[in-house]
Parts: sequence; structure tokens; C-alpha cells
Amino acid sequence: MVYFARRIGFFIVTLWAAVTLNFLIPRLIPGDPAEQIVRQIAGQSSSVDPAQVRAVQVMLGLDTEQTLLQQYLTYMQNTLRGDFGVSYTYFPYTVTHMIGETLPWTLALIGITTVFGFIVGTLLGAYAAWRRNTRFDATVSIGSTFIGTLPFFWIALALVFIFAIQLRWLPTGGGFSGDVDQGWNWPFIRSVIEHAILPGSALLILSPIGWIMTMRNNMVQILGDDYTRLARAKGLPERRIAVWYGARNAILPQVTAFALALGGLIGGSIFVEQIFDYPGTGRLLFEALGVRDYPLMQTIFLFTVIGVLIANLFADILYGILDPRVRRGST
Amino acid sequence: MTLPQSSQQPMAGTEVHDEAEEVEQEAQFRRERGPLWLRILWANRKSRVGLILLGLFAVVAVFAPLIAPFGPSASDFRGNQNPNRDHLLGTTTNGEDIFSQLVWGTRTSLLVGIFAGGIVTAISLVIGLLAGYLQGWIDDFLSFLINLALVIPTLPLIAIFASYSPVRGVWVIIVILGLTGWAYGARTKRAQIMTLRTREYITAARLAGDGTWRIVFREILPNMLSLTVAAFVGAAAGAIGAEAGLAFLGLGDPDTVSWGTTTYWATNSGALLTGQWAWIGAPGLLLALLMTSLTLINFGVDALSNPHLREN
Repeated sequence: MVYFARRIGFFIVTLWAAVTLNFLIPRLIPGDPAEQIVRQIAGQSSSVDPAQVRAVQVMLGLDTEQTLLQQYLTYMQNTLRGDFGVSYTYFPYTVTHMIGETLPWTLALIGITTVFGFIVGTLLGAYAAWRRNTRFDATVSIGSTFIGTLPFFWIALALVFIFAIQLRWLPTGGGFSGDVDQGWNWPFIRSVIEHAILPGSALLILSPIGWIMTMRNNMVQILGDDYTRLARAKGLPERRIAVWYGARNAILPQVTAFALALGGLIGGSIFVEQIFDYPGTGRLLFEALGVRDYPLMQTIFLFTVIGVLIANLFADILYGILDPRVRRGST
Repeated sequence: MTLPQSSQQPMAGTEVHDEAEEVEQEAQFRRERGPLWLRILWANRKSRVGLILLGLFAVVAVFAPLIAPFGPSASDFRGNQNPNRDHLLGTTTNGEDIFSQLVWGTRTSLLVGIFAGGIVTAISLVIGLLAGYLQGWIDDFLSFLINLALVIPTLPLIAIFASYSPVRGVWVIIVILGLTGWAYGARTKRAQIMTLRTREYITAARLAGDGTWRIVFREILPNMLSLTVAAFVGAAAGAIGAEAGLAFLGLGDPDTVSWGTTTYWATNSGALLTGQWAWIGAPGLLLALLMTSLTLINFGVDALSNPHLREN
């Protein structure tokens, strides 16, 4: 029980730290974001009206006439109420409304590819380790190493160039075509699937790679451990050793890493959604960065961190259930 | 795990050691001349190939003014040329020579790798070593910091820092990457030092009255050299990939000549539609080649520090 209590304690403290970090970022950076915003709207050359700067400061919660502690308390109250303010590029929509609009797209596209990539990568890695030093192992290891060095944007652009521009099989970007009615009808669903194929494939080329390498290394190590040797000495069937001794133990560290990957969906989605103009939260974050929509970008950041923390908590609890050594080690 | 961050994850499983074998091997390397880590790397076939490749990139970066036929921002040529004899990879819409841009861009990538990778390694060494050696409440506090930094997604954080920053430029990116990427390295080094701190020579140093700082950095650190080199190479690769990614998104400094920036301008000028495949494709391939050299080097380090991963 001590283990689980510690994990939940860590979750709460980290959550607080992340929320506080989100408060501190705009205050740590030299320069006044409010002045930058006013300057951006007014143009570089014109003089900046102090009253405008002050208005933007108040809007951002950076009111310099309040003490830092007062600002912090207001910020915490707003955060606890779920009030993250209004996006000023999508005025009058609130920040939470915009995130709610885009999140399902990201969760569907990147969630599915992440889970799929994890399964494929773990299976390939486990099998490569089991058939170590065979042609299969060499192909998987060398292939994934070299594909893994290619930048994601390069793979994505190559897919667009070949399948969307040269062959014209698939659309170059977007989440669905504009000439169908949005809703639960076949033309719309078909259009959504068509638009998801290219970004999904780009993700599926790279996402298994990390899992292949770590799973293979974990499993190679475990297959050399004493208890695996004991299993061999007992004359257990090979398949049983591979699955119940090797893979079952090798997958444990993957659980934590997978949780981090799942939680990091929004962050990782910036590239794919920007390249394919996909209407998800990653592109929203990118747009917010481009126009310095501070409330929007900070809230997306906060949501991402909370997502990672929740996923991490689940992984820790699962890990504790799966591996008794972890539970006992911490008591 | 799907995107550039993944390259920051060093190979797993460096914790298991066959001590006797390792000690003997390191002793053998010590008998020969040259820095120990370089000897270790040169002995492995894969990492030797990686070192040679990396050396080529270094030569290109250092002698960029001699190798590049034109300046990095000379833009007095006819725009949108396809590859030809005067312009090996064609020209940009603005009329810059793409081959020259890539040669100069090598400097940016190596600069980012060396300095951001260096900052990451230094921070993770200090935090990881102190946490692992001191234990007690300092360890609790530093471990909390490490775990906090591990769960905070770096890419959005980097992008937000870059966007808030009032100044632009490659050094800003280097500092941001250096300050955000240390968590994973710190955790592995903490784990490593915890296995080293109970060795006899450490006890001896402590009994001789050596201070914490001296024990950690003069006694323990030299014994973790291969892990440190591996961490540095991994951190450098992560930083190089992250810089290229940020620049590709347009979040870097648009005036710095780098492989990412070249791709950014290529996509923004519609090079995909006009079919200028060299403009879009070449920078990414160079990046992949540089990453390959670093990966190959790390194979050597990894195989040495973990006998289980050696080839038969």
C-alpha cells in the first residue's frame, strides 16, 4: 500500500508543480509579453501606448500592480474552476472550447497509431530478440535503426509528394473534405478515413521503432538472466520460455514508457498535424505559438502535462500490480 | 515516443554489467595510447564507421567557406532552378544556392549537437551524480526534480520557451534544448552511481578525508566514462533532431542557415508542388546521415558497457 500511496502523492505534488510552472513560464522569460503583443498589433515602428500594454497585461493575468502572490492566487483559483480565459485569436470562444473542438481529432489519429505502433514494435522487438542473430533479427534491427534516423518531417513530406501530389490517390491535407455534410453519414466518414491514411501511415512508419529497440534490448538481457537459464535447465518448452519468462518480464519497462508516450500525444502531434493540416490540438498549439496566443498555448501545455501525469499514474499503479518487486522495493 | 524526442532515449539495459570482463577490457584499452573513450569507440567496427562519417561532417562544417561554392545567403541567382552543373541541388525561390546552404547548415547542426548536448550532459551529470551519491533528503528532492522533468513533455515546452523568448537565434535554441533535455540522462546516471558508491575505493577515499565533490567528480566520474560518452552522443543527436524540427516548423530563427530552415522555406515556397525534390529531400537525408553516424558510434559504446548486447 505504501507504494501506491507514494505514487498518488507524487502525482499530486507533480500536478501542483506543473500548474505552478505554467504560471511561472511567462514571468521567467525576460521581456514583457504584453508589450510584445501590443507591438505586434500596432506594428514595430509605432509608439506603444502604456494603457494598451496595461490592458493586455491584465488580460493575461500579468497585472504588474498586483504582487506576485496575488497573481498566483488568482491564477490558482481560475485553474481550479477550469477557467482558462478567452483565446484571442478565436475570440469570443474560450480556450477550453477550442481544445474541446480539436482534441477528438488528435486522440483518434494519434491515439490509434500510438497504440498500434506500440503493439507492432513490441512484438517485432520480442521476436527479434528471441531469434537473435538470425536474418530476421538482422533485418529488423538494421532496418529500424536506419529508418529511425530519418526525420519525421522528411517521411511525411515524401508520402505527400508521392501519394498526394504525384499519384493523386489521397488528399494532401485536412481532416475531411469541405463538400460533405459533417455528421454520422457514410460520405463524411469515408472522407475522414481518406484524410487520415497519409498522416497515419507517416506515424506508423516511425512509431514502432523506439519500441522495437527497447523491447529487443530488454528481452536479450532477460533471456541471459539466471531465471531464464533455470527455465531452460528445467527443460521447459521453448515457446513457454519466450513468452512467460522473456516477453512477460521485458514488457514491464515498456509500460511506463508507453504511458509517457500516450500522455505526450498532443505534444507529438504538432508535426504531423502541421504538415497534414489536420484539425487537431497539435495544429491548434502551433497556430497559438505563431500568433502568440498565450492563454491558448499555455492551456494546451497544461492539458498535455495533466494527460502525461494521469497516464503515468496509471502506469505506476499497473506496474505495481504486475511486478511485486517494485511494490516491495519502495517500502 | 513517435517523434524527435525518441532519439533522446538511450539504448535501454545499460545497467547490467559483467564487471570482471569490463574491468579487464578497460585495463587493456588503458595500456594503449590516446584518450580512453576514443580507443573504446575505435575498437568497434560499427562505431568506427560512425566516427569516420562524423569526421567528414566536421570537416565540411569547419571548412564550409572553402567547400561551399557560394555564401550562405548569396541570392543573386535565377530562382527555382532544378539541379544543374552550376547549382548541384538547384536554387531556392529567392535565388540562393541550395548546395551552399546545406554546407553552411552543417555548422548549425554540429554546433547545436556539441553545445546543447554538452549542456544536457553536464546538467544530468551534476544532478544525477549528486542525487545518487548523497542520498537522503537531497536525493529525494533531486529525484523529484528528475521525475518532474521526465513527465513534462519537452517539445511543447521548448516551443513555448522559443515563442516567449524576446530574442531569436541559434544560441537561444541551444540554451533551451540544453535546459530541457537532461532528465533521462540524470536518471540513468543516478542509477549507475548507486551501484558504484559502495565500492571499496570510494570508502577508502572517504576515509582519507576526501570531500563529496572530489569523490564524485574525481573518483566516480572517470569510472562512468563510457556511459557519459554514450549519454553525450545521445543528447547531441536529440538536440540536433529537435533543432531541425523546430526550424522546420518555423519556430527557430528564420535567419540562421540550417537544414531545418532550408526545409521550412522549401515547403513554404511550394517546392512539393513544383517538384523541386532536391530542395525538400536533401536536408532531411543529410540529417539522417548525421543521425546514423551518431547511432553507429553509440552502438560501440553500448556494446562495450553491456556485454549482453555484443555480437557473437
